Amino acid sequence: MGRVKTIARRSFLIGSAAIAGGVVFGTYLYKREGTNPLLADLRAGETAITPYVKIDAQGITLITPRADVGQGAWSMQAHLIVEELDIDPATATLSSGPASAIYYNGVVGVEAMPIAATSDTLLARTGRGAADVMGKLMGLHITGGSTTVPDLYDRLRMAGAVARETLIRAAMQQTGLPRDQLKTENGFVVLPDGLKIEYLDLAVLAADIEPIQDVTLREPSQWRYLTKPQKRTDVIAKSTGTQTYGIDMVMDGMVHATTRTNPALGGGLAGFDAEDARKMRGVQAVLQITGGIAVVADNTWRAFQAAQAVTCDWGPSPYIGNTSDQFAAVAASFSEDDQDSQFKDDGDVLAALEGAELVEAEYRIPYLAHAPLEPMSVVVKMTNARLDIWTGTQIPRFVQANMAKLTGMDADNIHVHVLMSGGSFGRRLEDDYIAQAVEIAMQLPDTPIKMVWQREEDFTHDFPRPLAIARAKGAVRDGAVDTFDLAIAAPSVAESSLARLGQPAIGPDVAIVAGAWDQPFDIPNYRVTGYRTPAMVPVSSWRSVGASGNGFMHESFMDEMCHAAGVDPLAERLRLCWHEPSRKVLEAVGEMSDWGSELGANRGRGLAFTLAFGVPVAEVIEVTNTEDGIRIDKVFVAAEVGRVLDPVNFEAQVQGGVIFGLGHAMNCELTYEDGVAQQDNFHVYEGMRLYQTPEITVRGLENGDKLRGIGEPGVPPAAPALANAIFAATGKRIRELPLSKSVDFV
Amino acid sequence: MKLTVNGETHEVDVEDDMPLLWVLRDELGITGTKYGCGIAQCGACTVHMDGIAVRSCQLAAGDVTGEITTIEGLGTPTALHAVQEAWIDLQVAQCGYCQAGQIMQAASFLDLNPDPTHAQIDAAMSGNLCRCGSYPRIRDAVKSASSKLKRA
Ligand code: FES
Ligand code: FES
Repeated sequence: MGRVKTIARRSFLIGSAAIAGGVVFGTYLYKREGTNPLLADLRAGETAITPYVKIDAQGITLITPRADVGQGAWSMQAHLIVEELDIDPATATLSSGPASAIYYNGVVGVEAMPIAATSDTLLARTGRGAADVMGKLMGLHITGGSTTVPDLYDRLRMAGAVARETLIRAAMQQTGLPRDQLKTENGFVVLPDGLKIEYLDLAVLAADIEPIQDVTLREPSQWRYLTKPQKRTDVIAKSTGTQTYGIDMVMDGMVHATTRTNPALGGGLAGFDAEDARKMRGVQAVLQITGGIAVVADNTWRAFQAAQAVTCDWGPSPYIGNTSDQFAAVAASFSEDDQDSQFKDDGDVLAALEGAELVEAEYRIPYLAHAPLEPMSVVVKMTNARLDIWTGTQIPRFVQANMAKLTGMDADNIHVHVLMSGGSFGRRLEDDYIAQAVEIAMQLPDTPIKMVWQREEDFTHDFPRPLAIARAKGAVRDGAVDTFDLAIAAPSVAESSLARLGQPAIGPDVAIVAGAWDQPFDIPNYRVTGYRTPAMVPVSSWRSVGASGNGFMHESFMDEMCHAAGVDPLAERLRLCWHEPSRKVLEAVGEMSDWGSELGANRGRGLAFTLAFGVPVAEVIEVTNTEDGIRIDKVFVAAEVGRVLDPVNFEAQVQGGVIFGLGHAMNCELTYEDGVAQQDNFHVYEGMRLYQTPEITVRGLENGDKLRGIGEPGVPPAAPALANAIFAATGKRIRELPLSKSVDFV
Repeated sequence: MKLTVNGETHEVDVEDDMPLLWVLRDELGITGTKYGCGIAQCGACTVHMDGIAVRSCQLAAGDVTGEITTIEGLGTPTALHAVQEAWIDLQVAQCGYCQAGQIMQAASFLDLNPDPTHAQIDAAMSGNLCRCGSYPRIRDAVKSASSKLKRA
């Protein structure tokens, strides 16, 4: 292999550059806006052509700023870059990069707006544009809302293309050859005579070149990685115990800590006695932190033991403390005063219901915990000059800002190193655990501190998915669903979580009705009203957010209405559905499941459909009513994402979403007594186990015009499809989750 | 006390009742073995004692009577165990946090029962929780590893 090596390696800096990704006549323009944050920390011999590609003599580092919480975001981001950069992803190092406004999310804000994903009106387009502007201005460096692919699909391919073209320009300078005689291949620029120059050897030269901004992205027909089965970049590490999570960080001189705060949420600490704990082996300190205590020891288990040995005098929780009263508060909020939204109001619901034979139902869903398998954990080190934080988080810039406030330090001196997360499901959109570790560090400066929560602390200090009640009224006419009136009351996630991020929540909370108000059905009289229950225990986003429960309410009632009308639930949805990609999803799942075929005694089939995060998903579930309880036999899923970029991970995310939805629907709830969560570990919050796992067949459809993410949309239809299947098999209509309150499962 | 982990003998000075999990993670710095629940509900902490899968959060250091193998000792990125190969081929891991435990459970199970039925796989693997829902691939990977091991 011929390698031209003539350039001496030296240190350098290159001009600032960033990207926007606008389209002009088929060519993507690379706009200079903002500062490439990688430039600040470049060492000798390193170059950063874009904020996403860093090269030095040792290798290529790809910056993947969206957090990987198990959904494969790091790997997907890397593949988007390398598709244009022309390197083997397995040869690159991946880094989360620093917390930076340049890594803003321009899509996540859309979910907070009352814009149906199916709408293409001027208003809808303006709203989506505003989300991008808002994301950029606020520097929303945030992972969530299944946005990684839609947000970064162009941006990262652009970054790869800009880096490639700039490296080619460097090769042109070095060889004197024109552009059209040079190609790239797997980390090399290839010369016409077959000689190759390694990218690494062009890094120094490239650093002095203005990034080539005028590049054309490849046609999908030229792709080598995208839409083909990819090998996730983390699969070997995660199968050999070599993946480092937040809980695994080890540093010289590191101490181990745990915290215990008032399990009666918000109750605070009146006082504590740590005399016994302080005498325990390995214990170095027992400290007071906000709302509780922290133990610092030389071993996590010793810290756990000592934390339990501290006698704490807890104050009472200021919130409505018992779940029966919490539900009563939700029930009481179906009032004019608490009305929050009515984004859907087609036809004349009131007139249509007047005098009609009513179908009425009330549905309830419980609080749910996130409980990622890696309990909240973080490593921090604070000195006079800087604060370093290593953890799995979806909100590095908010962490930076919030910890600046907490410590009084300059945000620029706070460095958030985002590590692989052992799951999240939305939990890592909160930084309460990080603040606790920083409070410890403020009392123990210059010492690296690893803080790990006991699982019990994790369960009892979650910000759960809120509980909710839906009241539904409907009427049929001439054997068809004619009137559908759904009212949903719940506490507001936006109000609760945005306040913790120091952001205002303006206007109605779309999450209260997401997955219900925005469904693509032409029902003659169709209304969805949201009611906001005054805040109770703090709540937050949980995988698929509002749709996680509203899918159950909307689709259970749709099933009830179809039965009342005496029509087939699939045929009726197809008749009512005006959105072509959604129709295709329904047709696909009908065909996959052989809908309508005979199942035999004690068996039943249920259908549900939810369009959430722009992704229409239809699920059919088959169950058998056995002597030991309900057995879930099969699940068929069709989902529309515009383009399936990695069929292997696509299937995994859909299957995982279905299992997440089913497991919680079967047997999970978080209930409170005196403000204390009663479920504190997995023995009372089981979810699904392998022996209960059905066969799950997945099909990805590509009829839509936009690319969508698939981390969350598989969740919402799972619970209603199961409840509808149980109805089909047993005749029993269950309107409250978890279903285990009403039936047994195998 | 002396502990043999992945073929290496270590002298550790810990309480008899410290769970093996924390000896591994915090005393020996072997972090592939994970803490998930601490009460034998999740299986994330599964290791082998003399080849048999045990929950290291439940096994007190003083009760360790045999050689311990952790995920790092089962195979390495360059010398994979057949079960790890199957896990990689089928891309089982999502967040991956449970997978060390899943793999250790599967390896021990297949050692005892090289040709399991579907129902036996379900029974053997149901003590290992996966919050991400990678179960369909776990099932397939155990089957695939079983045929790999038979061919070997
Ligand atoms: S940590 Fe041992 S079984 Fe969960
Ligand atoms: S892969 Fe995340 S818990 Fe199993």
